[in-house]
Amino acid sequence: MAGEIVDLAGGDGDLLLVGIQRRGVELAERLAALIESRTGRPVRRGKLDITLYRDDLQAIGPRPVVGETVLPPTLDGRTIVIVDDVLYTGRTIRAALDEFADFGRPRRILLAVLVDRGGRELPIQADVTGLRAAVAPGDRVDVSVVELDGRDGVEVSAGGAEP
Amino acid sequence: MTPALGKDLIGLEHLTRAQITAILDTAEPFKEVSERPIKKVPALRGKTIVNLFFEASTRTRISFEFAEKRLSADTVNVAASGSSVSKGETLVDTARNLEAMRIDMVVIRHQSSGAAKFLADRIRSNVVNAGDGKHEHPTQGLLDLLTLRDRFGRIEGLKVAICGDVLHSRVARSNIWGLLHLGAEVGVCGPPSLLPRNIAELGVTVLPRIEDAIQWADALNVLRLQLERMEAGFIPSLREYNRVFGVTSDRLARAPRDLVVLHPGPMNRGVEIDSDVADGPYSVILPQVTNGVAVRMAVLYLLAGGSPDWTAPAPGNEDR
Repeated sequence: MAGEIVDLAGGDGDLLLVGIQRRGVELAERLAALIESRTGRPVRRGKLDITLYRDDLQAIGPRPVVGETVLPPTLDGRTIVIVDDVLYTGRTIRAALDEFADFGRPRRILLAVLVDRGGRELPIQADVTGLRAAVAPGDRVDVSVVELDGRDGVEVSAGGAEP
Repeated sequence: MTPALGKDLIGLEHLTRAQITAILDTAEPFKEVSERPIKKVPALRGKTIVNLFFEASTRTRISFEFAEKRLSADTVNVAASGSSVSKGETLVDTARNLEAMRIDMVVIRHQSSGAAKFLADRIRSNVVNAGDGKHEHPTQGLLDLLTLRDRFGRIEGLKVAICGDVLHSRVARSNIWGLLHLGAEVGVCGPPSLLPRNIAELGVTVLPRIEDAIQWADALNVLRLQLERMEAGFIPSLREYNRVFGVTSDRLARAPRDLVVLHPGPMNRGVEIDSDVADGPYSVILPQVTNGVAVRMAVLYLLAGGSPDWTAPAPGNEDR
């Protein structure tokens, strides 16, 4: 995945990898380290919590926990790679795109996801995908990372609430 | 998911430690929103909030208004003077008329203790208490807690002395409840005429002299001395008050540790607090104001889940 990002955007200065809270943040950190070792150039990291931009926020309560957002002061002219663990309906990415628009005008935004499980409800596709899996709508896909969960892994489980 | 706050925020007395902690934790990401190039998130888009202020207020009203606007809510300000309130309309009638225009939340400041609860029990909209008489001012208590947590990294075990007119202060009451819920030690310091009788029964240490408070505390929360207290005979004179209870840099210099000084504003410089303290290195008075917006955003965000059910019968109709 790091190689693909370098192929797509390695020539752009000011590359910014933004992880979507929470698992996306860890994945972005790892990808950024890999890209740095390949290109020898520093890669900026950011974090984004899209909770306040969710399109279902009016309807849900109790309220979801809001995580930390850390972005450079301006996004004008930058190339951003959004990093998330699972791409499903596309609504999270829609929210992230709206949130970026309130921070400035990036030159280009790419999307890298570890797992694309299908089931899109919006016209959004990833530029870089680690794993493609057709998962039934009711099933869950959970990504674990060592930093938060003690181990790395992708698990598909039947039933349960949607992510 | 965060612990639910329920429909309203009336005071800190009946909140749990988990609920208070959830509000403070939620305020953290909202601090960052106010530093963005566009200081606005769409979280409360489409919500209508009425700021119903029956009492003069600059800081609190503007702070709530910023919080509401930064969450993209639509806001209307109603002041008692110049509205139908001055024509003798009751509080409930005013609020029910506003509700008939389909509002979602009411932020209320009122001179009577209990007004916020009274209103909350009778309307469907969320109610946030922005200060009711001598009862509580919960968002002030929360922003004081957040400011202390920023400074010390914790509330548990902290010694906080609340100094001044504790008897008439809703800020003192919200602080006492909030601090006790989070495991701090609370002291109160002031002239006996301005301390509630039996306050020690709350588990609060009474510190008779300001020097005692400075020796004892990690932080001082210095309350505003309302000038009308002098007229009512609670204290002999403002100068006398400053001489005996004023927080001065001379007195702070004798503190065994670096103190943090809070003040809810507006300050009477030279009465309860000297200018060189208010503007000095101990003061966190302006960080308190900054935190006020974040805490109020957190409260509005946490309360605003879902929409009022307009088809349900209005609560409290039976006593109309």
